[in-house]
Amino acid sequence: MGHLNTSRNVARADDVYQMLIDAHEGKTKDESDAFNARLILTLMNHIGDEAVIAEALAVAEG
Amino acid sequence: MFDDRYTLAYKLYPYEKSADQDLDAPVRHPVVVVGGGPVGVATALDLGQQGIPVLVLDDHEGVGMGSRAICFSKRCLEVADRYGCGTPMVEKGVTWNLGKVFHRDHKVFEFNLLPEDGHKYPAFINLQQPYFESFMIERLRALQAEGAPIQLRGKNRVDAIEVKDDHVVLTVMTPDGPYTVEADWLVASDGASSPLRDKLGLGFTGKVFRDSFLIADIRMKGDVDFPTERWFWFEPSHGEGASMLLHRQPDNVWRVDFQIGWDVDRKEELKEENIRRRLDAFLQGVEYDMVWSSIYTFQCKRMERFRHGRVFFAGDAAHQVSPFGARGANSGMQDVDNLGWKLGLVIQGKAPEALLDSYSDERVHGADENILNSTRSTDFITPKSEISKIFRDAVLALSDTHDFARPFVNSGRLSVPCYYDGLPLNGADDLPGGPARARPGAPCPDVPLGDGFLIDRLGARKGATFQILAIDAEVPERVSAQGLDLEVVKVSAADAPLVGERYLGAASSAVYLIRPDQHVAARWEAWDEQAVAQALGRAIGLDMGKEL
Ligand SMILES: Cc1cc2nc3c(=O)[nH]c(=O)nc-3n(C[C@H](O)[C@H](O)[C@H](O)COP(=O)(O)OP(=O)(O)OC[C@H]3O[C@@H](n4cnc5c(N)ncnc54)[C@H](O)[C@@H]3O)c2cc1C
Repeated sequence: MGHLNTSRNVARADDVYQMLIDAHEGKTKDESDAFNARLILTLMNHIGDEAVIAEALAVAEG
Repeated sequence: MFDDRYTLAYKLYPYEKSADQDLDAPVRHPVVVVGGGPVGVATALDLGQQGIPVLVLDDHEGVGMGSRAICFSKRCLEVADRYGCGTPMVEKGVTWNLGKVFHRDHKVFEFNLLPEDGHKYPAFINLQQPYFESFMIERLRALQAEGAPIQLRGKNRVDAIEVKDDHVVLTVMTPDGPYTVEADWLVASDGASSPLRDKLGLGFTGKVFRDSFLIADIRMKGDVDFPTERWFWFEPSHGEGASMLLHRQPDNVWRVDFQIGWDVDRKEELKEENIRRRLDAFLQGVEYDMVWSSIYTFQCKRMERFRHGRVFFAGDAAHQVSPFGARGANSGMQDVDNLGWKLGLVIQGKAPEALLDSYSDERVHGADENILNSTRSTDFITPKSEISKIFRDAVLALSDTHDFARPFVNSGRLSVPCYYDGLPLNGADDLPGGPARARPGAPCPDVPLGDGFLIDRLGARKGATFQILAIDAEVPERVSAQGLDLEVVKVSAADAPLVGERYLGAASSAVYLIRPDQHVAARWEAWDEQAVAQALGRAIGLDMGKEL
């Protein structure tokens, strides 16, 4: 079981952030919601590890 | 004064006045079963085969019309096999393994339920519930003819119950008026709305789902080439409803199940013309006759405990799940499988009464597993909130093109056998390298053996016998312990290659202690008389209630 990496991990933060914002460009609220859901599921599968996902959920909880 | 609540498919046990009714003093029976549905009748078969007198009371005179259950699982059939009626069920039933899931009009993916060979019974058969019940009643009649002490009384409705310390008193209404019956032990298998549960003031808690489903069983006319598969649609654009299920049954009958929402006018929806409107939109030109239709809603609920002193609750009376996953009758049969031998041993004075508490422990565990799975399926099929619908749709959208998303699609996780992990009757797991699927608490995996299957030789068919399954291990010819005679079954991996894979794993020999319900009690690498006696003691409840 792994751990969630919560240290800085994205080299070009501004660029990656912009990719996310651009992806939503021109989408309605419904389309964006659906997009986000597909994105989360895809990333979740990439992580795979239940414990890491649980930690990420806790981070998102704030 | 004695109206039927439902129409009968077959009148199999017409009312006859029994001798009990004319006596002044009530007759005491060792076991009375209230409710002659699949669970009650199975209980009679289990106890009757053990030679334990059992009286079944049902408020109707036969098997109800309308199919309700259609999918019967491998484990359920293995239980029926021990009761002597598994074979006719499979012969009549439609065997299927393949399921397809569609979103709107296109196929998202398909699954195969039993990609593994070497089992006597298939993963699932489809069989109308009235057939399933009739085969059990036929078997009951055959056992009676052989002298088994079973009685089945139709139009005997239990109207009152009084629980004493060491017995139960029932007031039974018949067309000839009421009479009183006493029972040392009572099995309440009186269905989801269990009058006995209510009369005893026992709770039934869980969730009610705000949705309803319209079922139509239809017989297709002419040549129709829908394959023998389970087809499930999310948001079908043909037909109507938020989801839809199509499944084949024997006699060229198909079940179509439409999810139609909560706020519906039931009377209106059940009019044949309205059902046909839904069906025609989807069947487009195919001709069919209506066999049965019904609207159902459901709940996922259970009692806190399934044993209350002298009273046991089993089947829908104890727990109810949504039909997605086919876990109702299938789990009810596992209740009976679990209770039968325990009650048999206690009645014969061979095990302490505390053993009976393990029925509740083990089957509550089973019910929780079923409720969890069926609740999740229901939540996926009928998302509860806007956001869960967004995720559900995202899963379906991704599944179309990406395999990784398909495991998230949940159109019903079909009934699988229960493993009694971590529960008090389990003994030693001293088989290094032994396969996890045959760990203590597991139902014995099947393997081909000679002309038949291992499952033919495991479990109790007459008395509640424990067995020693010796695989390439030296064991005595006769084994007795804790006052019980055990049966010894010897098998060699050389004769049955799959025994190696399913029972030995990395080990070269194994000794399994098998319960009368074909669940593994304990296992070792080699024979150890003391260890076997200890595990047997534990499996018959000698350690129940002690600090562990
Ligand atoms: C639409 C639908 C689809 C389903 N599909 C499946 C499926 O595919 N697979 C599956 O495994 N399960 C399925 N089920 C569930 C299955 O039908 C039930 O789990 C099963 O019938 C429960 O059996 P039972 O013996 O516990 O109760 P019941 O079948 O309800 O029998 C109870 C009996 O007790 C009698 N009774 C009640 N009160 C009294 C009284 N006071 N005195 C005497 N007798 C009394 C009743 O008349 C009845 O005969 C489905 C259910 C529905 C509604």
